[in-house]
Amino acid sequence: MSEDDETALKRTPLYDLHASLGAKMVPFAGYEMPVQYPMGVLKEHQHTRAAAGLFDVSHMGQVVLRARDPEAAKRALETLVPVDVLGLKEGRQRYAYFTNDHGGIDDDLMIANRGDHLFLVVNAACKEADIARLRAALEPEVTVKEITNRGLLALQGPQAAAVLAEHHPEVAEMAFMDIRTLPIAGAECWVSRSGYTGEDGFEISVPEAAAADLARALLAHEAVAPIGLGARDSLRLEAGLCLYGHDIDTQTTPVAAGLTWAMQKVRRPGGARAGGFPGWEAIFDELAESCAQKRVGLRPEGRAPMREGVALFAEETGGEAVGRVTSGSFGPTVGGPVAMGYVSTALAGEGTVLFGEVRGKRLPVRVAKMPFVPHGYKR
Amino acid sequence: MKFTEEHEWLDADGDVVTVGISAHAAEQLGDVVFVELPEVGTAVNKDDEVVVIESVKAASDILAPIDGEIVEVNEALAEDPGKVNEDPEGNSWFFRIKAEDLSQMDEYMDEAAYKDFIG
Repeated sequence: MSEDDETALKRTPLYDLHASLGAKMVPFAGYEMPVQYPMGVLKEHQHTRAAAGLFDVSHMGQVVLRARDPEAAKRALETLVPVDVLGLKEGRQRYAYFTNDHGGIDDDLMIANRGDHLFLVVNAACKEADIARLRAALEPEVTVKEITNRGLLALQGPQAAAVLAEHHPEVAEMAFMDIRTLPIAGAECWVSRSGYTGEDGFEISVPEAAAADLARALLAHEAVAPIGLGARDSLRLEAGLCLYGHDIDTQTTPVAAGLTWAMQKVRRPGGARAGGFPGWEAIFDELAESCAQKRVGLRPEGRAPMREGVALFAEETGGEAVGRVTSGSFGPTVGGPVAMGYVSTALAGEGTVLFGEVRGKRLPVRVAKMPFVPHGYKR
Repeated sequence: MKFTEEHEWLDADGDVVTVGISAHAAEQLGDVVFVELPEVGTAVNKDDEVVVIESVKAASDILAPIDGEIVEVNEALAEDPGKVNEDPEGNSWFFRIKAEDLSQMDEYMDEAAYKDFIG
């Protein structure tokens, strides 16, 4: 990367804080982001599972949808996602994805009903395309506003609720996927009880000018350590959560990806608002007839990690590949290698032994249930 | 002790050379989670890939820095790969190699030159 490109990288409101904490910064989705702090990926991962970790996710896109009639905004958004937006209650958030005309996934996102508007959080790498899609499909009836003057923090781990409750007691009452507006550290924060680690925790949208102060205030608690993108990835992998662009992409359908739980009944065949989103015909066909491949959890039987791109075979020698790994690493909490990937549906049953080709050798790997580490959500 | 541009260190005792990775390399790799060692008795040529080392981030290789025969491997690393990060330039050596030609070590850097190299 040339120097010009590096100077073009964007910085989050926490950039100076990352530097002062000794973070190792890397380019990620156009931003200069902390991949790890001096603690290191392994200990950061373990700290998050044992106490609480603070993540800067300000690179993600924050978008507000408004219409004169809030129901109109919900109805309009349902033309882009296969989830029940109209039925999403005020103060609640749910997982969704944008589908394309072939039934593939163009991005995954969170949708929150905040009363008079909808609040969306989308992936950093996709945010420009997502916003363009929203504008093209929804304007002018619905205004699409990218929120660029707010940071986004995630506080994750079994101690997260106790730590955040010291700043506002109401967070203790919130359930998984609740979202509220709360004054925290002197600023209006949009707080949801959600995250990307499998642990209990919160995601906090905070005004840019207050973001670093809030982060410092949270880090001042002995239970909280700063956590980089490296541990964020191993945490979400152990939790069985998909990384867009790796485990799901424009070619993978929600059926193959095992994400149909996010399509509520009302949007499925026979539902009152069935279909009506891009690629719904293809997705409904797959729902009825199954699909060629499925996303599964994978536990290598040896100690060697099987990383993204490793080809999977049914036999130890010969034959064609029956699948591929889409995410794989060492799972610090599991204490061994973990992976996920796509395999032929006939071989997707739990316990099936396949062989992953690593450095020219086929090593046994077992199809396993996900998550690899139980979720700690407060439902 | 000598250092290679691949961030390996070599320490000769007679014609047996102990090989590990530098503290700088261990830090750059991050937490090591997997080590695959060669078999004792393997004849190797300089630049053969003899060890696979994986950190939480990525896989990398350790190359044989000289020609010779692997005479001992540090099994403790395969059992507890995290040891690599604890003492990379001491107890966490990877293998010992019986050198065919010790003069192959002459091309490598001494500690001062290596420090300059890594800046």
